[in-house]
Amino acid sequence: MNEKSVTVDYVSRVEGQGALNIEVSADGEVKEVQLRIFEPPKFFESFLVGRKFDEVMELTSRICGVCPVAHQITALRAVENAMGIMVSEQTRDLRKLFALSAHINSNVLNMYFFAVPDLLGYESAVAMIKDYPSIVRRGLKLKKLGNDLTDLIGGKAVHPVTAVVKGFTKVPSKKDLDTFKKRFKEARKDALETVDMFAKLQVPEFVRKCEHIALSNPKEYAINEGRMVSTEGLDIEESAYRQYIVEKQVPYSHAKHSFVVGRDSFMVGPLARVNLNFNRLSEDAREAAKGLNDYKFPNFNPFVAHLARAIELVHDVDECIEIMDRLPLKDEDLTVMVKEGEGFAITEAPRGILHHHYKINRDGIVTAADIVTPTAHNANNIEKDLWHLVPKFLHLPPEEIALKCEMLIRAYDPCISCSTHFLKVDIRRGKR
Amino acid sequence: MGNKPKPKIAVFKFTGCAGCQMEILHLEDEMLQILDAFDISYWVMVKSHNLKGPYDISLIEGSVSTPREIREIKEIRAKTKMLVALGDCAVTGCIPSIKNWFPQRELEKKVYPDTSVIFSTKIYGIDEYVPVDVYLKGCPPHRNTILELLKGYLLGIRPFIRPHCVCVECKLRENSCLITIKNRPCMGPVINSGCGALCPTVNRDCEGCYGPMSSPNASALAETFRKIGLPEKDIVRKFRKYAGTTPDFRKEAEGE
Repeated sequence: MNEKSVTVDYVSRVEGQGALNIEVSADGEVKEVQLRIFEPPKFFESFLVGRKFDEVMELTSRICGVCPVAHQITALRAVENAMGIMVSEQTRDLRKLFALSAHINSNVLNMYFFAVPDLLGYESAVAMIKDYPSIVRRGLKLKKLGNDLTDLIGGKAVHPVTAVVKGFTKVPSKKDLDTFKKRFKEARKDALETVDMFAKLQVPEFVRKCEHIALSNPKEYAINEGRMVSTEGLDIEESAYRQYIVEKQVPYSHAKHSFVVGRDSFMVGPLARVNLNFNRLSEDAREAAKGLNDYKFPNFNPFVAHLARAIELVHDVDECIEIMDRLPLKDEDLTVMVKEGEGFAITEAPRGILHHHYKINRDGIVTAADIVTPTAHNANNIEKDLWHLVPKFLHLPPEEIALKCEMLIRAYDPCISCSTHFLKVDIRRGKR
Repeated sequence: MGNKPKPKIAVFKFTGCAGCQMEILHLEDEMLQILDAFDISYWVMVKSHNLKGPYDISLIEGSVSTPREIREIKEIRAKTKMLVALGDCAVTGCIPSIKNWFPQRELEKKVYPDTSVIFSTKIYGIDEYVPVDVYLKGCPPHRNTILELLKGYLLGIRPFIRPHCVCVECKLRENSCLITIKNRPCMGPVINSGCGALCPTVNRDCEGCYGPMSSPNASALAETFRKIGLPEKDIVRKFRKYAGTTPDFRKEAEGE
């Protein structure tokens, strides 16, 4: 066998700019795997210092145009935690609805437009239109559903404007939500068909046991609030994050590598959520998952993340309807008292655990910021997976090995713009 | 459309958040027709087979902030007929341009332990380096503006890109003025329209996410903010947000 070098200069069908280098020796040993994030660094944590508490959600939204809602909710909760602000049940519910709408939009984009083309053998969803018009149309319809709901709640889907500290500047009307309820009820069928589609599409058989981390909450399928738990027994409050998760810079990438203190890399995202919170999924979603003959949860094949997204889609549609049913939709008082403090928040962005941490002084000015995004959490684990995945496909030509590697990367749905923003560890008290 | 070849579109990501690309993808209802009328020649976020050009239209999302991007924007310009700055980052640098007010080494020190591998320049819109044919302002530009551009191209007419301020749209929506009635520091009078005066309509001040309108009077608005009692530091923060290093806002963004 010859030495092989697999290079992907610019990984497609993901958000942002990443490249992949793999070196295999003549005797078939993998010598090097580098996921290079060459997305330019944007230094958000640096320039957030000196900005006002009520701008944080607006500014951090711009870290990512794919998951602005997740950044906004996390930023708002961290700021509220810093200033000791409690929010109403209505705001909690409306934020959950807001987050779910964005999960639908983002997860459908990944499933139908980034992942399905690989599994059906096309270079893009655009190329699929001729042969699979109904799949592309269903994808567009589901994506629009999530997107339109984000538009309704947030004013606009990309970088919404209504979510502010303590609540929403405008609450949707009952009439608006009733129209959506009807559309969501109709979407159940499309969501179930999505599960069906992914159950039938074959993914590589590749199991690698690693630690999966997700938020968990006894009351609900955790998205905006919960404890951080893992398949290896981690169970911590959001404020304890930095005692357990650390990161180091690698010379070839603008995204740092995360790991659990004293352990290894870990996975966050839809598969980790479904694995850890299966029993909190809606009944429809659980039924759909139990009906799958070839897949059982917990599951440690990273390619099964697509199916996990589909199962979550069923849940998301169900929970949206539930929340719309109980929202009182009252205008609320949004006055806040500025208070000095330190606040942490963790939420589940579509791609997994998102961490924000701020210190705010008595004038309401940010004095320190720390943000770690899901892709920053996953980057290290993607590389670890690739070390194990490549040997399985060494008999293939380099282009096909590259495709398998890209498929694995796309299964994580990396959001690379997000991953180049995070700050080193040292803002906690007591260190340095 | 007979046998006429379809116009070739390319979409490139520079230093940005992908939100403008997401806004194109949010044209779900029109997407199949768009794909019918145009060839997507290059769009890494959407497809794997991407062509090297030449292109009829290149949509550029993001600002220029690395030596590699300086080279790339020049290469793209050379093989593009109509170069479009898609969104605030490509037009003015947008939110990431706030970093321009800090020494680069301090920014780097805060984020990366080893700064020897980081190569980052001040952030500017793409016309710092190459001539631009169309500016679509907004963070992101509204999807209807993107549609307007594509339709205009197909019809061979100049697209209607609004040059006026947010106040015009605010009046059309019959909102009462946040500045004159409620003494609130709304950026509307100097900010380009295109959002439909979204923020004032949902009870928020305009923060300026469409960037400067054509010939804004920033100093007059800063003076108005002083009169309604806004502290000097807050005025600086307001102008040092979406377009602080543009000639239009630079003086107010610098402060006294």
